[in-house]
Amino acid sequence: MKQVNLTTPLKEADIAKLRIGQRVLFNGIIYTGRDLAHKRLFELLEEGKELPINLKEQVIYYVGPSPAKPDQVIGSAGPTTSGRMDVYTPELLARGLKGMIGKGKRSPEVINAIKEYKSVYFAAVGGAAALISKSIKSCRVAAYPELGPEAIHELVVENFPAIVVNDILGGDLYEEGKKIYAVK
Amino acid sequence: MLNSFNDAYEEESSITGKDIIKQLIENARIAKSESMPICQDTGYTVIFLEIGQDVYFEGGSLEEAINEGVRKGYSEGYLRKSIVSHPLDRINTGDNTPAVIHTRIVTGDNFKITVVPKGGGSENVSAVKMLKPAQGAEGVMDFVVKTVKEAGPNPCPPIIVGVGIGGTFEKAALLAKESLLRPLGQPSKDDYGVWLEQELLERINKLGIGPQGLGGSITALAVHVNFFPAHIASLPVAVNINCHASRHKKVEL
Repeated sequence: MKQVNLTTPLKEADIAKLRIGQRVLFNGIIYTGRDLAHKRLFELLEEGKELPINLKEQVIYYVGPSPAKPDQVIGSAGPTTSGRMDVYTPELLARGLKGMIGKGKRSPEVINAIKEYKSVYFAAVGGAAALISKSIKSCRVAAYPELGPEAIHELVVENFPAIVVNDILGGDLYEEGKKIYAVK
Repeated sequence: MLNSFNDAYEEESSITGKDIIKQLIENARIAKSESMPICQDTGYTVIFLEIGQDVYFEGGSLEEAINEGVRKGYSEGYLRKSIVSHPLDRINTGDNTPAVIHTRIVTGDNFKITVVPKGGGSENVSAVKMLKPAQGAEGVMDFVVKTVKEAGPNPCPPIIVGVGIGGTFEKAALLAKESLLRPLGQPSKDDYGVWLEQELLERINKLGIGPQGLGGSITALAVHVNFFPAHIASLPVAVNINCHASRHKKVEL
């Protein structure tokens, strides 16, 4: 099956071409962030303060990796459920975030914001955490080290696999996929 | 688990679905050969104890000993520490303690420990409902299928669906969790249970959710149903969903 190579940071022209169901391979830097990191970023934005990372054209991967063994870059690192980040997401997209990688459904508000801010949501395979870790070539804490697995990490990835779930047209692969295979 | 993945690969009709199952098989291979977790969420440590009534524990605290084991296992095994000390303050305990411990006193002098690290994603879409007895088997099935449908892609399908029917509010939830301890796909010992498990699996796999919720014919690998006597006024039902990373280990002392 054809795969699209995506280099981060994501440019608008690249995003405009993406459609639901397409498989992509990420190369470049992506940031990790989950519940507590999102809460902190959101609170800083509300207070009008500067964020510890620049979100412009960046991709956030919803993951709390398991610890690396001494000879590893990172431990197992599969996606976590994206829906928990929904309340914070539209604000981050408004500030320039372009891509999100996770698993599971997004809220109607997020799907609308993806359309409005010309961004994209990808799914990685939940539970394929050992396999995914192989595409992560370096990992350093970029902010909030005290949050442990919930810290923001800067990852350098090579051919990190994901699938487009919500695109700039408002498409939703979870809805479309289910329609094809549902039996009445 | 691997046998079940291989069967699912054969049966899945979606190409994307097949590809995902292939990735899960490859993931399991890497995890085994490199001794790393199949999923980064190494769970809340749920412990089932079966203590023979003739067993006597001397000195110290059994609960503390279990938590010390969790502390040691999660640190030395490079497992993720996923527990926050207070559900509203949300500060990580840093060692995955405390464990949730369920104890049963049985006859004899054996001591059995079953360790079940349970991930958050699939736990979050689990549900309990107190049905009316008149709703019967149909009502139970509607509730189970609705719970799986609403969960959609979130619990990382293909999933294992644990169902507890009967007892009280909390007993139903425990029955559902205990049903997940059964070897994958081993049918219920109860004839009604065997029928219900097959019927539910068929209905769930007609939903079209498929591997990772991207569409397909394999949403669940198995449904396990456990029963317990119920009150004349009640029909409690609990659905405890497990992702495809169904991990448990039993030791007997």
